[in-house]
Amino acid sequence: MVATKTIPDFSLSPHIDQVGVEERASRFTKRSIKNETKINGLKLALNMIDLTTLEGKDTDGKVKQLCYKAQHLHDAYPGLPTVAAICVYPSMVKVAKKALGDSGVKVASVSTAFPSGQAPRDVKIRDTKFAVSEGADEIDMVISRGKFHMGEYNFVFDEIAAVKEACGNARLKVILETGELGTYDKVRRASDIAMYAGADFIKTSTGKMSPAATMPVTLVMLEAIRDFYYKTGKRIAMKPAGGISKSKLALHYLVMLNEVLGEEWMNNHWFRFGASSLANDILMQLMKQKTGVYQSADYFSLD
Amino acid sequence: MATKNNTIKLKFDSSRNLAPAPESKSAAKINERYDLFINGKFEKPLSKKYFATINPATEEKLSEVAEANAADVNKAVEAARNAYEKTWKKTSPKERAKYIYRIARMVQEKARELAIIETLDGGKPIRESRDFDVPTAANHFFYYAGWADKLEYAFPNRTAQPLGVAGQIIPWNFPLLMAAWKIAPALATGNTVVLKPAETTSLTALKLAEIIQEADLPPGVVNIITGAGDTGAAIVNHPDINKIAFTGSTNVGKIIQRAIAGTNKKATLELGGKAANIIFDDAPLDQAVEGVINGIFFNQGHVCCAGSRLYVQESVFKTVVQKLKDRMESLIVGDPLDKNTDIGAINSKEQLEVINKYLGIGQKEGAEMYQSTCAIPKKVSFAGQLFLPM
Repeated sequence: MVATKTIPDFSLSPHIDQVGVEERASRFTKRSIKNETKINGLKLALNMIDLTTLEGKDTDGKVKQLCYKAQHLHDAYPGLPTVAAICVYPSMVKVAKKALGDSGVKVASVSTAFPSGQAPRDVKIRDTKFAVSEGADEIDMVISRGKFHMGEYNFVFDEIAAVKEACGNARLKVILETGELGTYDKVRRASDIAMYAGADFIKTSTGKMSPAATMPVTLVMLEAIRDFYYKTGKRIAMKPAGGISKSKLALHYLVMLNEVLGEEWMNNHWFRFGASSLANDILMQLMKQKTGVYQSADYFSLD
Repeated sequence: MATKNNTIKLKFDSSRNLAPAPESKSAAKINERYDLFINGKFEKPLSKKYFATINPATEEKLSEVAEANAADVNKAVEAARNAYEKTWKKTSPKERAKYIYRIARMVQEKARELAIIETLDGGKPIRESRDFDVPTAANHFFYYAGWADKLEYAFPNRTAQPLGVAGQIIPWNFPLLMAAWKIAPALATGNTVVLKPAETTSLTALKLAEIIQEADLPPGVVNIITGAGDTGAAIVNHPDINKIAFTGSTNVGKIIQRAIAGTNKKATLELGGKAANIIFDDAPLDQAVEGVINGIFFNQGHVCCAGSRLYVQESVFKTVVQKLKDRMESLIVGDPLDKNTDIGAINSKEQLEVINKYLGIGQKEGAEMYQSTCAIPKKVSFAGQLFLPM
């Protein structure tokens, strides 16, 4: 752990070359993932999923059904892992916690007036404390993008630090909503602010807008994590969310993770996929690898 | 900062250990023996000599190709002269374009086979021959085909004229691409060609000869003859050649320059260098590092403009070196035919010896050498080195 922490001037965060970072990100997609590497990768990706439902229409029943799925991804394939966590609104934390019992699947709750974050700080803190008191293991907060664009980095920093304090023992994921940040330079700057302010995870998106996670954006954030690790010795976890719905893309993300941060990040403590439909696509691919034929989507759970 | 940075190290072993993903050799047809492509036909060499061409990754013999002597060169130049005077000079620009477009499309159609042969014969990773060499070669033919009927209008008050017979000598680093680079503009501008590929990498040029034959290009417009330095010298010194185009070493370039001094031959010489990268502290460092990696490790560094020198501003020196080392760790060295290989085989045993000689000199002069911790395949290959200043 870091003994003394000096807070850098975030306006001096490194610049990112757009052409270069997109070129590098596309290079990972050239890796050919076959046979046992593919099966291991798919199982690992399943185990990294934060299975998510964040709808106004969420009911107790829907959340319970999702919690069941988290533990029984596809019973026709024995020995599958569970997903990493269920991600819900604070009002659903208690239901999810009870439904998951001692399965080991974590409960993550969005908070701080998700997804816009346009609420006073005390509301955000209460939102967070409520979710934690209901039993949330992880909190997914959003940063104040408006303040960030106005250059009020200290405001953004202090808010993250305050929410981190309200989290207690829960791990804090800081959502940058990169689709609203506009440039890679700003993604990098926001990543640096979040990590120095106490984030346990940095996360790309709410999933409520497009573009959500992309490979170049995730690469910028992984490189920020690497630089932070070399500077401070502290590991930060990464969560791309939204827009990752196919197995092949998930494998490309894992290749990228493996080549940027190395094998110590290749587990669900340090990396998550925020996704809802990805799990079924991976299950279809795993069944294809096992049986040699693709099966109809009707043989898998609906959501 | 309280933390000692030298205790922190990322681990990349698993990123290199992917299941094999080999491209299949059987998708490429290689004859046991190749003759000289002269006047639209494959002809036995007057020299009666052949030499072996090997796969540098396995040191297995792939095929044998004819060794053209001065008499063979003369035969090829005569064919080219004849074709120039009787046919090609009089062919209309849009007719010429038609043939070049046809060659371009056929290169695309046979892209997979060409890529596999390029990798087998030269040792470069299949990812590069598949995604760079072959598609770019096809693009060159497409591009120059488009020029043929526009030359008339391109230079106001001037009329572009063909020179006649072009003698073209190309290197072993991008065998097919260099052939395209030389042949396509010569044809578009109305010249005929005698081309000699490098002796270690003749096969894709000979495949291109098959394509040219199949494309029904008038006989003698393109002649492809194989051989080593003596064959090249016979081309350079042949009196009936109007233009020499050469890509290769600076040394040979100088020899050519001297040989054609005082003659009417025109020349294009594209030679090598030791290109420099310069990184200042306000650069986007991760992307700069990627630029360095692509600059020096693309095609095992067998590139005329490979970025083999690196200047870094002192204030970011440590960071850049750290990032370079990490990036080098994630490069995959291995079977060139595997789709995941980043660094394949050195083009030939002779070239490997040259590289090792320079590595020895660098160490003797006191530079600190850093190499990736990855395992090196037994045969002709290397892992890439980073030399740090004394």
